[in-house]
Formats: sequence, C-alpha cells, structure tokens
Amino acid sequence: MTKQDDARMMFSGLKVADLCWVGVGPIVGRILADFGATVIRIESSTRPDPLRTMPPFKDNIPGLNRSAFYTGPNCNKRSLALNLSHPKAREVAKKLIAWADVMGESFGPGVMEKWGMGYSEAKKINPEIIYYSTCMQGQTGPHKNFRGFGLHMAGLSGLYQLLGWPDREPVGPYGAFSDFIAWLWMRAVVLAALDYKRRTGKGQYIDLSQLEATMHFLGPLLLEYNVNRRSASRMGNADQYSCPHGVFPCLGKENWIAIAVENDDEWMSFCKALGNPVWTQDPKFATFPSRKVNESELNKLIGEWTRQYDAFYLMNHFQSHRVGAGVVLKPSQAHEDPQLAHRPARVTLVHGEIGPHSYSTTGTNFSKMSPRFWRAAPLLGEDTHWVLNEVLKLSEKEIANLKAAEALK
Amino acid sequence: MNTTKRLLEGYRVLDLTDEKGLLASRFLADMGAEVIKVEKPGGDDARRIGPFYKDQVDLEKSLFWFALCMNKKSITLDITKKEGQGILRQLSRKVDFLFESSPSGYMASLELGYEELSQINRQLVYVSITPFGQSGPYRDFKGPDIVVWALSGFLHLCGDPEKPPVRFSFPLAYFLACGEASIGALLAHHYRVLTGEGQWVDTSAQNACVWPTMDSRALWDIFHKDQERAGGRRYREMPSGVMQMRFVYPCRDGYVQLYIWGGKMGEASNKALQAWMEEEKFDISGFKQTGWPFGDLGKITPDGYAKVVDIASTFIAQRAKEELYEEALKRGIMLAPVSTIEDVCHNRQLRERGFWVDVRHDELSDTLRYPGPWAKLTETPLERWERAPRIGEHNNDIYRGELNMSPNELGYLMRLGVI
Repeated sequence: MTKQDDARMMFSGLKVADLCWVGVGPIVGRILADFGATVIRIESSTRPDPLRTMPPFKDNIPGLNRSAFYTGPNCNKRSLALNLSHPKAREVAKKLIAWADVMGESFGPGVMEKWGMGYSEAKKINPEIIYYSTCMQGQTGPHKNFRGFGLHMAGLSGLYQLLGWPDREPVGPYGAFSDFIAWLWMRAVVLAALDYKRRTGKGQYIDLSQLEATMHFLGPLLLEYNVNRRSASRMGNADQYSCPHGVFPCLGKENWIAIAVENDDEWMSFCKALGNPVWTQDPKFATFPSRKVNESELNKLIGEWTRQYDAFYLMNHFQSHRVGAGVVLKPSQAHEDPQLAHRPARVTLVHGEIGPHSYSTTGTNFSKMSPRFWRAAPLLGEDTHWVLNEVLKLSEKEIANLKAAEALK
Repeated sequence: MNTTKRLLEGYRVLDLTDEKGLLASRFLADMGAEVIKVEKPGGDDARRIGPFYKDQVDLEKSLFWFALCMNKKSITLDITKKEGQGILRQLSRKVDFLFESSPSGYMASLELGYEELSQINRQLVYVSITPFGQSGPYRDFKGPDIVVWALSGFLHLCGDPEKPPVRFSFPLAYFLACGEASIGALLAHHYRVLTGEGQWVDTSAQNACVWPTMDSRALWDIFHKDQERAGGRRYREMPSGVMQMRFVYPCRDGYVQLYIWGGKMGEASNKALQAWMEEEKFDISGFKQTGWPFGDLGKITPDGYAKVVDIASTFIAQRAKEELYEEALKRGIMLAPVSTIEDVCHNRQLRERGFWVDVRHDELSDTLRYPGPWAKLTETPLERWERAPRIGEHNNDIYRGELNMSPNELGYLMRLGVI
C-alpha cells in the first residue's frame, strides 16, 4: 500500500468496540468505520437493537436481518453476537474492551455497571480507552432513567412544538429528530477525544445527554426566554424576516414548491418571474412590513398562480430569476435528485438478506479523501467466529464451549 | 487557577461564515479551540438578527449572535478590499482551520479560495458550507432554509395531511450542515496529522438534511413506496396492513408524546401504562379485547391498535403533563411532555445536571443564562463559557500582538475602512 492509500484509510488500525444501539451511538462507529477503523458491533438476538425490529422489512417479512431501518448507521462494521446477560459472554466483551481504542454504549444508565463494564471497570482493563456513553438524558440526574426514543427528546427539548400551525396541535418533525442533532455533537467530541489521546496519551469518559446536545440548536430561543421571558412557538411556514415565505401548490396532486423571498430586491425579481401581474404592483405588497401585514392574502394569490405550473419548471424558473425556490421532494424524487446524485448522497451495497440497497453518505465531501464502503450492514452475529478467532485468538474449542453455554446469541 | 487542558487546545480557527455557518466553529470553540470570527467593519450581519436583549435592537445586543458566537474572539476586516485580502492571507498562515459559507466561487473571486490559501498554508483545513455543494447542477441555486428542507426530502414528511408541508419555525437546516462541517473539519484534521496536508471540506446543507428523512428513504429504496406526511402520527407498513401510530396526545394543559410500540421496550412501557390505568380504576376492558400481548406489533391488527390508542388518549386527556411525566418516569412508560421553550428552561433534569451556565456581560451590567456543557468529559470537561465578542474586540490582540502592526499602520487601515 502506498502512503497515500494508507492515509485515505486514516483510521485503519483503529479498534472500536461498539455496544451501542438505535441511532446516536452507532453513527460514531459508522464514521470511524467509513475511514478504515475496525468496528465490532456487539449485539444479541436476546436483546436486539430496536431498529432491527422495526419496518421497513425486506418483502414485508419481519426478521432481525430484514430491517432496512437498522442498516444505515451500521455499514462497514462487523457483528458479534454476544448475550451479555451470560457471564461467559461478558468475559468475551471484556477482552474486546482490552483490545479497543474506543468503546461506546447507549443503553440506559447503570446497565454497563451492572455487567461490570462501566467506565471505572473498563479503565482497569484498558487505562487509555476512550469510552463514550449516550442516552436520552445523561448518566446522572433525577430523570436519567427515562426510557424512550429521539422523538420524545424532540418533544422535551422544545423542538417538537416549533413545528406546525399556530392554531392547531403541534405536528412535530418527522422521526426521532433529536438523534440527528445529538449525533453531530457525539461524533465531533469523539473525533476530538481521539486527537487529544494522540497528543497526550490520555483516554477518557464521555457522557452525552441527547437532550442537552439537542438544545444547543435552540440557543437563541433559550436566551430569548431567559432574557425576554418570551417562549417561541410554531408559526406555520411564516418567517421572521422573509415574505412571501412558504409552500405553495403546483400542478397535479400533492406537488408543492417552497419559496422564500428574503428582501425587497428579491420581491422585484419574484414579481418579474410571475410576469408582473397587476396585483403584484399593489402598494400593500411593496415593502416587507406591508407584505407581512397582508401575508395571508399574498400567499393565496401566489398559490393561485403557482398551481398552474409544474413544480420542477417553477423551481428552475424562479432560480433563474435569483429567487430561492425548491420542489418539495417526495422520497422517490429525492432518490433521483440530480444534485444529491452528484455528491453522491447515497451508495448501494449488497446486504446478506435485503440484497442491494442504499446507504446515505454524510453531508461533506473532501478534496483528498473518500470514505470506504466495503460492506453492507452485517447480519446479526455474521462475524462472531471471525471476531473470536481472528481478533481474540480463541481456539475452536473455546468457541465451541461458548456456543454450548449459549453465550453467543 | 484552573489548569485543566482542553480537548482542542492549541488549534486556531478563522470563522468567515455568515449566520448560516456560525454554529460550525462553535463546536470547536466549545472544545477549546481558539476561534477568531472575522466580521466586516461596523459589525457582522448576523448581529442584525433577533431576538434582541430586552428588545433593544442594537448590533451589540443580538441574542442570536450571543448564542452562536460565545467562546469566540472577534476581529473586523473588509475582505472585499485588496488590503483586507492581504491581511486575511497573512492570518491564514497562522491558523489550522478556516470556515466560510459564501456562495460557491465567491471566495475564489477574492483570491481567498482553497486553491489560493493552500499555496500559503498547505496544512490548512478549509471548510465551506453552501446550500448544495461546490459543484453539481444546483451549485448556483439559492438555498434559504425552507428550500434546503424541501430539496432534502424532509419537508415532504412534515405536516398534517390536509395542510401543506410545514417546516420548523426556526431555521435549523444550516445548523445540521454546521454539525457535519465541524465533523468534516475534524476528519480532515486526522488526515492532516497523518500526511501533513490540509484539504478542502465541501459541506452541502441539502445533503446534511437527508439523514433526518430516515426510514422514508429505506421505504422507497426497498419497497418503492412514498411515505406521506401524517402530522403527529405515523403510518407503518406492517404485514397485517397499514398501522397508524400516534405520537402526540392532548392532555389537560398541553400535549404529551406517548409511544405505543413493539419490542421489549414497548412491551414494558405498554404494560406499565396498563398497570397505572388499572390502579386508577380506568376501564381497560378494550385493551384486553384486542388480545395483544403488548410486545410484538406483528400480533395486533391495525384496528386493534387503533382501539388501544383510543383508550390511552382518553386516559391522558384527563391529566396534566407534569403528572403524566412524573408517573411515566416512575413507571417506565415511554411518555414525555411536548415542552414549550418556557417548560424546558425550567426542566429539573437540566437544572440538576448543571446544564445552564451564567455568563457575565459587563457591558450590559447583567448576567445571562446560557445552555452550557453538552457533554460531560472526565479528562477535559467543557467548562469555558465566555460571552460572544463585541465588534472587533480582539483587533489589538490579533493585529498588533500577532501580526506586529504598528499603531500607525492599524490606524491607517482603520481610516481606509479595512478594519
């Protein structure tokens, strides 16, 4: 291998014991694996990753190896099946702790301690280890044991009530939205901790509360309450500084275009793009404050105009007039979007039971390196023998004993 | 004196971003990097964004700026002027990272693009944040927040079916891009450690916002079926049919979220909810009629599930969110309030975890409460929480102290309007 090839896989040689499940924890291992680390997912059919049990399933047939929900954060990894309620399995896990540079877990607080694998124990086995834990609300505090998912944290953090119409119940974002914020901070802090370990030789323990990490995306609104005692709430598609601003119907059923006019110059361009119909010249729409006052009437007039046209035609038309506009893409359309394809935003890998399917890339491209996609997400326990034999150097007899003791499931 | 080392101590960052990119270098600043925000003379445009301290509209009182620029330094510099470009090139020699969020091609037009600056500092990690990326068919498209959400595929999934798709009433699309940009910066840093070379990190907000579309991508990918928006509900494709899962339930004083879900976690939660209802003498015969063992969602029909949801919603409607949450915590029910911003500022868990930090603003003769440590680290705790800088607050430190400018030179540049 040339030096450059080595560098492309800059984490080759880095060893990660990934005891995480669901979303926020496993994504850390994914980013390290993408750049060459050996990442071993430790999981069990006796206590499967909840994502393995959630649809969509291949051919609509449920099965621990059939969920395309699980696969995304877990490509490029190995899977070791280990039933951690079994003491012999925990001995194996401890050997992997000794082996690893980085380990992560995302069970509820206290679970790893109960198994004798909390940070204080892990540190005895491997003093330099970087050990990260992430759970809903952190390892300490009165609500640490809350059981739930990212959507609950979206609710608890104040995000959920920020999405919807002012006169209706909150709609909330699609999905476990706090996950998509928390896992950014999670990846950043582990990458920084790796550099710190390189510089000082010191590992450490990281406790990331998904609620706390999420709240930093609402910083200005939290300050607004703390200072001005105002509590921001949902306002449909209206915007503080842009008008018109919203989603408008297009030709056909359920076709929409998002449009944002950010200042009065753009308003002129927008009117021109519409062909300057008479109503656009009405003084009540001439300035931002007056448009804001007459916003619902304005939105109605715009909608009547946009609904005559194809959404993709309109996007190009508005953009050619330097007005921000974009088609509200359905999943099928996003799948084919030429810009996302150009990045590319997804790659296809062949999964053992699902077959060829898509994996998302992250939002960044690099001028000198690319992630390596060498493998789809593993089947549960797909690499059990490889890990025990190649990594931990256990003999066939030892492996057979573990299996007989039902530790490997 | 506190001698604790910081995670990213010793690394330096130039931040040339606008309001869309300001959060990216905050990730690094919180972890101890020295971040220098480059503002245009007179003050950055992001200072014009509200809300404002006590509603006083003032460049030094933007709470938006306060939140996104804490832990940073500030210098003023007009990079559209030749002299300013020269100074930026000098500064780029002295830093490890540079963040910018101008339209693709703009920095190069000022001769401050990656190509130019990497000639001066080959170790520089140069991070760009744009709506769609540095190349491709949408490269020159305008990408305000709602447009990025639309083209990522996320907007389509949000909203009530009978209303148009709806976005967050606070711009978050670029914040996700900022997170990816900071991760990209650190990945490029690891590459630099190995090779001695910097590189260009090209962040696309559209691409960053694809992840939250989650299982809707998978549903299309393996099923060729488009997920439709369903408000505080979700349609799940189950072998027995389409199950309408409900997340939001009105309660006496607001809303809560409850998951009636499958798997082991779901089973434990569902059973705990049932036990509470029984203790309260609530009629749950409808639960039992469904014959659902409470775990596997494959063992209940969509109609049976709807019945369970209906009974739970009646129970919840009679109670207040605080009471529901307290019981949920005690009993292990997957239920939590839909907090208002006010609620979350009084959240007990956050208070007891020491999440809030009080930051002194001498100029305002006030102390403001900020969100603080977003992770707890044993070796390098996140404990620097300093107020955002005033306009050009560090001009003397950087220009005189670092670039060794004479007072006369600095004065001249100020007269020219460069600083």
